[in-house]
Amino acid sequence: MDDAAAERPGAFTVAADDPRCTVNVLTGFLGSGKTTLLRRLLNSDAFARCAVLVNELGEIALDHELLERIDQETVVLRSGCICCGVRSDMAAALLDLTARRDRGEVPPFDRVVIETTGLADPVPVINTVISDATLRHHYRVGTLVSTVDAVLGRGQLRQRPESRKQVAVADRIVITKADLASPEELLELRKTLRSINSHCRLVESRNDASEAEVRMAADLAGSHRAGEVAQWFSPQPGAVADHASSLFASGGRRLAPIHGSIDTIALTFDEPLDWTAFGVWLSMLLHRHGDTILRVKGILNLCGLDVPTVVHGVQHLLHPPVHLSGWPDGDRRSRLVLIGELPEAEMLQRSLESFNRLVQD
Amino acid sequence: MCGLCGMLGGEAHWSDLLPRGDQDEIARLRRAERSRRVQYLNRVLGAFSCSVSDWQGSKYLLSTFTGKTELVDNLAQLWSAVERLSGQVPDPLAPAVHERLAPPPAP
Repeated sequence: MDDAAAERPGAFTVAADDPRCTVNVLTGFLGSGKTTLLRRLLNSDAFARCAVLVNELGEIALDHELLERIDQETVVLRSGCICCGVRSDMAAALLDLTARRDRGEVPPFDRVVIETTGLADPVPVINTVISDATLRHHYRVGTLVSTVDAVLGRGQLRQRPESRKQVAVADRIVITKADLASPEELLELRKTLRSINSHCRLVESRNDASEAEVRMAADLAGSHRAGEVAQWFSPQPGAVADHASSLFASGGRRLAPIHGSIDTIALTFDEPLDWTAFGVWLSMLLHRHGDTILRVKGILNLCGLDVPTVVHGVQHLLHPPVHLSGWPDGDRRSRLVLIGELPEAEMLQRSLESFNRLVQD
Repeated sequence: MCGLCGMLGGEAHWSDLLPRGDQDEIARLRRAERSRRVQYLNRVLGAFSCSVSDWQGSKYLLSTFTGKTELVDNLAQLWSAVERLSGQVPDPLAPAVHERLAPPPAP
């Protein structure tokens, strides 16, 4: 669906010509193949004017690929990609890179991919880009991609809460080294991943996943928006057997967690929602529970609007809402998906309904 | 880009963005929304013995019933201030808040 032509100017529209760079975050356990995947993605046209911030410069920038060395930790590849080695503070590195671009010390770029360390929590980087006054002027947050090792992944997810969080907050999950796993191992891993993150795009890579499959660059900006949102609420292949039908069965049926306590809740609201009430409710909810509610994604039927409003956020911070030009399917009810260590679905449902009713009293 | 962002210096909290209106209507809608939000918030904040008022169209003045006050920019800051001033953690799932929002008994 191409919604660019039909978009009404409004407070929520992210213009197709948003001049800001997109920041993508690539995360994944140590050894899960982040760098290998990144090198392959950089071959795609979507990454033609790209900068990458990585921990080990030598892994991404091989000597024979170098066009220019700008300083000890900054090189430009023949492809035009700028690679920066970053030891600690990604936000500071991003600001520094921006300043150097503005001074003409590095070539221009329209996308930055930040590769986090294996155990890192990707959320603080995202939150800094959303909330820092300077960074949000230059950058918008795009998709978050997590890699998971096909053979070692299940064990890591069982033992390491950091890896569960990386999966829970991801917009794309790439199962790497799938050629080394048996079909049974892959099936069990997919079930585990789906129990943590029920709706994101899941790709298997046998050292061959390209941007066409991963779609790191196809996010809520521009013409990909409707397709991206539709995916949030569609049944995904590989969902656990007792959830094979729509996530939005009556009662906001909840996925049974297989590992840890990360859970997914889907809520549906038959009555249109009032934006004032929703803003008060969600901001209060995230203030109290934002440590444990890792993702919120919603398509809202707001009072007085014919078009849907899309909200999405990571922990305490929400991205600016956006509109779609129409509803992705025939269902015009507001739907909200939450991922994390969550309160009871019924409590969340009744709570928002109470807040919404209060407007009408 | 959002017309509000220019007015607010690009610092708009997501909940301050409005779901409708072209740029000409933004100022009027914003005033109406702020007034509506203040009224709505006061219904909720009673559960925490607090109230808010609009401060010069750009901030909110939070007051406790015992007279403590704090100025905040947006909803995110508001809940932190409520917690600080009232000693309670604002939680939309808490029974005290629910009871406050329950429909009044039929006459």
